[in-house]
Amino acid sequence: MHETTSNLQQLLLGRLGWEAIPLHEPILLMTFAMVAVVGLAVVAWITKIGKWNYLWTEWFTSIDHKKIGIMYIVLALVMLMRGFADALMMRLQQAMAFGDAVGYLPPHHYDQIFTAHGVIMIFFVAMPLVVGLMNIVVPLQIGARDVAFPFLNNFSFWMTVSGAVLVMMSLFVGEFARTGWLAYPPLSGIAYSPDVGVDYYIWSLQLAGIGTLLSGINFMVTIIKMRAPGMTLMKMPVFTWTALCTNVLIVAAFPVLTAVLGLLSLDRYAGTNFFTNDFGGNAMMYVNLIWIWGHPEVYILILPLFGVFSEVVAAFSGKKLFGYASMVYATIVITILAYLVWLHHFFTMGSGASVNSFFGITTMIISIPTGAKMFNWLFTMYRGRIKFEVPMLWTMGFMFTFAIGGMTGVLLAVPPADFVLHNSLFLIAHFHNVIIGGVLFGGFAAINFWFPKAIGFKLDAFWGKVSFWFWISGFWFAFTPLYILGLMGVTRRLSHFDDPSLQIWFIIAAFGAVLILFGILAMLVQIFVSIRNREALRDHTGDPWGGRTLEWSTSSPPPPYNFAFTPRVHDLDAWSDMKKRGYVRPTKGFIAIHMPKNTAAGMVLAGLATVFGFAMIWQIWWLVITSFVVTVGAAIVHTFNNDRDYYIPAEEVARIEDARTQQLAGQA
Amino acid sequence: MANTATMNNASAQEFYLTEEHHVENGTMLGFWLYLMSDCLIFACLFAMYGVLGANYAAGPSPKDLFDLELVALNTSMLLLSSITYGFAMLEMARKRKTATLMWLAITGCFGLAFLGIELYEFHHLIHEGAGPQRSAFLSAFFTLVGTHGLHVTFGCIWLVTLMVQLHKNGFTTVMRRRLNCLSLFWHFLDVVWIGVFTFVYLLGVLR
Repeated sequence: MHETTSNLQQLLLGRLGWEAIPLHEPILLMTFAMVAVVGLAVVAWITKIGKWNYLWTEWFTSIDHKKIGIMYIVLALVMLMRGFADALMMRLQQAMAFGDAVGYLPPHHYDQIFTAHGVIMIFFVAMPLVVGLMNIVVPLQIGARDVAFPFLNNFSFWMTVSGAVLVMMSLFVGEFARTGWLAYPPLSGIAYSPDVGVDYYIWSLQLAGIGTLLSGINFMVTIIKMRAPGMTLMKMPVFTWTALCTNVLIVAAFPVLTAVLGLLSLDRYAGTNFFTNDFGGNAMMYVNLIWIWGHPEVYILILPLFGVFSEVVAAFSGKKLFGYASMVYATIVITILAYLVWLHHFFTMGSGASVNSFFGITTMIISIPTGAKMFNWLFTMYRGRIKFEVPMLWTMGFMFTFAIGGMTGVLLAVPPADFVLHNSLFLIAHFHNVIIGGVLFGGFAAINFWFPKAIGFKLDAFWGKVSFWFWISGFWFAFTPLYILGLMGVTRRLSHFDDPSLQIWFIIAAFGAVLILFGILAMLVQIFVSIRNREALRDHTGDPWGGRTLEWSTSSPPPPYNFAFTPRVHDLDAWSDMKKRGYVRPTKGFIAIHMPKNTAAGMVLAGLATVFGFAMIWQIWWLVITSFVVTVGAAIVHTFNNDRDYYIPAEEVARIEDARTQQLAGQA
Repeated sequence: MANTATMNNASAQEFYLTEEHHVENGTMLGFWLYLMSDCLIFACLFAMYGVLGANYAAGPSPKDLFDLELVALNTSMLLLSSITYGFAMLEMARKRKTATLMWLAITGCFGLAFLGIELYEFHHLIHEGAGPQRSAFLSAFFTLVGTHGLHVTFGCIWLVTLMVQLHKNGFTTVMRRRLNCLSLFWHFLDVVWIGVFTFVYLLGVLR
């Protein structure tokens, strides 16, 4: 009798059972209660103000690149809260757990936290931030109406959300991987990680990875095919250039991640022997392949932000960018070199002196184009009329922070030094130095810079500055001790220490993390205050900073069609050129504009894919088959839908443009 | 007077188009990019096979397992399907719907024959105790060949879908583009198979 029930349960629920819910872990229960309460409050609030319909028709099903971009950034900021909560917990644990004190996190929980922290920060904070910015800015900068494949864009976004949903789910149903963010085998193989943690890792990354790859293809085609007439490649804004290179990297790197995670899942699900210790498996192949994706990935993240800094420095120095051509070539060189350095992540793993030397040298060479960029920004500022607005503060904070992070990177690129510093806290300090100092600071510069364009009003400058100073001082308090500890030989991912003399450094680092917490809170206050004062902060001109590129030539926020007439480009910094040569905004002769239609298909397909991922994780085979068949079926049905576009009538365009004419007149 | 008006008009038009800007459709480029990304997945699987292909773990080697005559038959099925797809595209150029549909159907049959022979081969190997779990060599072999087979399976589903749509819609611009995309996909799988045939089967038996 008992046998039959358990068989039936296994058939219906796979590995899922009540024991998957962590009722015995008070920290998780508390978190769950908090998330549930906040989530319910948000749902109740939206229901109360009756905005579900609005959210569905104007946002969730929207194929407008600007709205998709905003949704990406909202996702990034929400996941930043989760990723930062993990960071705070780790800092607290490491500051407490010395000698007899074991801290408050059991090791199996601590290991999940450092894995989740890395995965979330890279895949669900940094990536959505970067893709979101490209979504908002690229089509506007090149004078296009939308991206090349608007439906695919919406689908990509929801696939990223699917991945994030699975990661969040692992918090309360089952557990996450305890392997570190790249899940090296054999630890991540079925023999040493038999539970669902690694499966959550695999499927959340696979789903989000599909979204990212499609975004990459989408933006490459957009940038190659849809530039306004006259915008030759060397007249393209720098941000668009960096976006193009990033998307080349995405298309050339993400398939490798898909393949290697696919092989790992075959090892786990089908009993193959790719990365096992016996039957001829070779775990080093995993390490090689994952870094062939992983190293380009860090340039995928940083390149667009280099573009952001270039735009910001030029705008707030009141000059054109110094050395545009060298900036473009530096970006391209970095794109190529990004593929020739992956082995520096495992110098210690026995490749031999000649191979290590090759990869050490290529790694050091990357600092040359990066250094060229740094000098270009400095020379742009030189004798410029610098305005110390919030985006400029983030940019200067970046230049200071990133230069040091880059130098510690060159240090690590020396193989003999790496043998001492490999997997130490010095490495942790180094990559946080470049990722926080580069990607996050760049993201915050970009949010402050383009917020008025995307939303229609500026962000409050006072709270922006408060946030900046907390973040940058918090960063240095949190990570300088890690450099020192790393040089003393402390390795990463430890949840307990014996030597009490080290404790003070961890306490300083925890203090830094608290300062960063204030930085994040200040940012939330900044957004809240700005929404409250939005009328005073509203941007009527469409060009609040005296911008130089085409996105500033249209209204803030731009109309759905972006430009009533497609701009014609004559020079680099097209908008600057137009302003200088007495451009007069057209006020009549409007024509109907061809636009793509909203669709729910992206959300439906991604929702089905989430169910598929969940079923794979828990091995609920009937649901795996059903959801897979339904997903393929739904995709096929979608291809039968021919009703995909419509015309915005000329009168509607005229109405929107007339309103803007009046707004501009009111301003003057 | 008239002169000034035209001049104003000219300088205004300098900065924008007064007509709708017709952007060239990017689907073919996008599809090429997708194919190249897919090619990278195969590159990874080939690399895995290259590294692990001799790790027999005291189990069978290619020489013991591969039946070249069967594989040659299988290869001819796929190559013929590429030729017949080409015929379908020629008929499309002549705008002959029935003939196009017929050649597409023949292509699908060759695709299914290929899959059938492949499944037979897999079944035979597993039956002999040479399944994907036996050694790293066999893991890499089954994954590389199986991934190709999965692609062909999707190609067949896609082919049927397009045949239904062609029957319904006729040769619209969208339909032609879709048939062109599948054509690229189909020939791409052929090229990958040539790699598999050469590096896995022929060199395997030589080794």
